[in-house]
Amino acid sequence: MVSEEGLPISTLKWTYEVDGSDFTRAGEASSNVKKNLRKLGVSPEVIRKVSIALYEGEINMVIHADGGHIDVEVSPDKITMVLADTGKGIADIDKAMQEGWSTAPDEVRSLGFGAGMGLPNMKKYSDEMRIESTVGVGTTVYMTVYTGG
Amino acid sequence: MTPIAFAEKYGLKVVSQGAGDCRDIGGAYCSDLLSLVMGRAKADDALVTVMANINTIAVAVLADVSCVILCEDIHFDENCVKKAQDQEVCVLESSEPSFQVAIKLARELGLC
Ligand SMILES: Nc1ncnc2c1ncn2[C@@H]1O[C@H](COP(=O)(O)OP(=O)(O)O)[C@@H](O)[C@H]1O
Ligand SMILES: [Mg+2]
Repeated sequence: MVSEEGLPISTLKWTYEVDGSDFTRAGEASSNVKKNLRKLGVSPEVIRKVSIALYEGEINMVIHADGGHIDVEVSPDKITMVLADTGKGIADIDKAMQEGWSTAPDEVRSLGFGAGMGLPNMKKYSDEMRIESTVGVGTTVYMTVYTGG
Repeated sequence: MTPIAFAEKYGLKVVSQGAGDCRDIGGAYCSDLLSLVMGRAKADDALVTVMANINTIAVAVLADVSCVILCEDIHFDENCVKKAQDQEVCVLESSEPSFQVAIKLARELGLC
């Protein structure tokens, strides 16, 4: 069965605006997604993968890109996340993917983040991940977690 | 053993009860670097740390740990405690260093 927008009727879509000015609020979108997935009865392992991957992405949007926009789509067999920002972009994606590589400011480090583990964590907890980035234009991260449903 | 039972046995202060009565401590992870916690802590671990900011609570929720144990007499501020309560995160406080708390956890987990 298909809805008016052409999506299968069982597909759910949630969107979030991430406030780039407040580091302490990063996590609101991920927490909300977690709550929603729980209500849908998604397995705890899948919820955990989505939560961690999304939270790291959310934090990056705040630390490195002045906020952005998150789209989450839940279909019967997978959860896809698209995190788009119009921040400074990533010059060398391979380098950014390395554990420990970070341009985070000291104030972020003193709060326990900025260890250069975010993108590696996102890769580890998502089943598929792709980054598109142009310096001076912005970054879009695509992640998929399969639910086995 | 539940986090609340652990707190009672070893005299830790329960700052936020959360779900601390209805899930068991499945393991433990000690770190103050929240990025490491996100990547390496396992679901149901007790998170033993001295990092006391609002992001610690967010990490506890998203990494799905069974409780946060704040060591060395460090305290969460009111705002963090409120967020922990809202999000049903169990938070305990200890005056001891992380290592001493970890020994107790290891004992209860049958690791030593
Ligand atoms: N959305 C983004 N916009 C611009 N740069 C980013 C973005 N996400 C990550 N980066 C860059 O990639 C680096 C590595 O990211 P990450 O692994 O999450 O580590 P950390 O956030 O701890 O620095 C960051 O320091 C930053 O330079
Ligand atoms: Mg990061």
